[in-house]
Amino acid sequence: MTDKELHINKIENGTVIDHIKAGQGLNVLSLLGIEGSDGESVSVIMNFGSSTVGSKDIVKVQNRELSQDELDVLSLISPNVTINIISDYEVSSKHRVQRPEYVVGVLNCPNRNCITNGKEPIDSKFDVKDEVIGCEYCGTHIEDVTQHLA
Amino acid sequence: MRECLITTKGLSREEIVEVLDHAEKIEKDPASYYGSQSGKIIGLLFYEPSTRTRMSFETAIKRLGGDTISMGSVENSSVVKGETLADTIRVVAGYVDAIVLRHPKEGAARMASEFIDIPLINAGDGAGQHPTQTLLDLYTIRKSAKLDGLNIGVMGDLKYGRTVHSLAHSITKFDSQLNFISPEGLQLPDNVKYDLERSGAEIYEHTDLDEILDTLDILYVTRIQRERFPDEEEYQKVSGKYRISKKTLENAPKHLKIMHPLPRVDEISPEIDRTEHAIYIEQAHNGLVVRMALLDLMLKS
Repeated sequence: MTDKELHINKIENGTVIDHIKAGQGLNVLSLLGIEGSDGESVSVIMNFGSSTVGSKDIVKVQNRELSQDELDVLSLISPNVTINIISDYEVSSKHRVQRPEYVVGVLNCPNRNCITNGKEPIDSKFDVKDEVIGCEYCGTHIEDVTQHLA
Repeated sequence: MRECLITTKGLSREEIVEVLDHAEKIEKDPASYYGSQSGKIIGLLFYEPSTRTRMSFETAIKRLGGDTISMGSVENSSVVKGETLADTIRVVAGYVDAIVLRHPKEGAARMASEFIDIPLINAGDGAGQHPTQTLLDLYTIRKSAKLDGLNIGVMGDLKYGRTVHSLAHSITKFDSQLNFISPEGLQLPDNVKYDLERSGAEIYEHTDLDEILDTLDILYVTRIQRERFPDEEEYQKVSGKYRISKKTLENAPKHLKIMHPLPRVDEISPEIDRTEHAIYIEQAHNGLVVRMALLDLMLKS
């Protein structure tokens, strides 16, 4: 088996997230809350050469079909990702992601004095409608979301 | 009137004017409102010390014929046992008709309102919002001038001052111009500036009051806190530049009104108190009718 074959090994069932901005593959896993502790087989391919976008990352998650809501969150770090849902080694559907209006429990508020950073039983909530991402509770803005992944 | 008052950002011009108009009616004829909320009980949850906000809320509901309960100081309450705000607020909501909350964390009032379905008034959340202070400020401005067509200066610690952020947001709903005067390092935070600009406000920033003093109708002064500076010398040097005395006001327009959310330390010299410019004591008094108006409107609906 060559290296190339190893990289693009097909999965039987699950989700392939393609065209991830190069270097963001691990952040994609973090955004989706995939740590590997649930036993699913996960492959991350980083800085893979692609004719359309130059270099890209790819994430493959075996036996897990991620929902559109879960996946839309990825638009925050890589708006051009494509989602392939795989069943029986074939692509059963293909999607793009859409930027949601709000993300809940995905980002941590950088304001240490924000009510979401404490023991209260609530999730963080960020308004992501515009370029500027702001905490719904305290109004603090986030510049680089990858620095504040929950 | 809306159920909860969390921030002035969400208040429309019409809603602001509704509260101010109601306050004006109460001020003209207070006796006819005595007893209008008889039997109503307000829960005062103050997780931080407060003198005038707390006392004026208490007076306001009592003037309307209602009463208050409070959890007393944080040290003697269930908070020291580690109870969350979410739990406390839900329990208290079962006892009372409305809640007034002051909390040290930003966003606390917004969160609390999500857990209850009785009216809640934010009486200050950390460095965040303090909307009733803003309403009384607007009431004071309107009473001494009007709300449109003014040139308003806001001076002092604009970085941490929550009253300033709340006030600035709501002034953008009227056609008045905002000037911010502060030392380097204590300017308006970027997120506040961004929000203000997005709501169409033109913002002018200065480090020196003299640059614009002669154009101002209202000068809103806030305290520059000692703890924001690394050493005493630096603090004295900077804060001295932002102190108001008779000499500072030599070139001020005669009609200029000076406001301050109080308590003041030395940023406005007592010699100003007896001049036509000073309206800060009246401003504090206005807190009572504005809070009466707000409670009356909220409890009615």
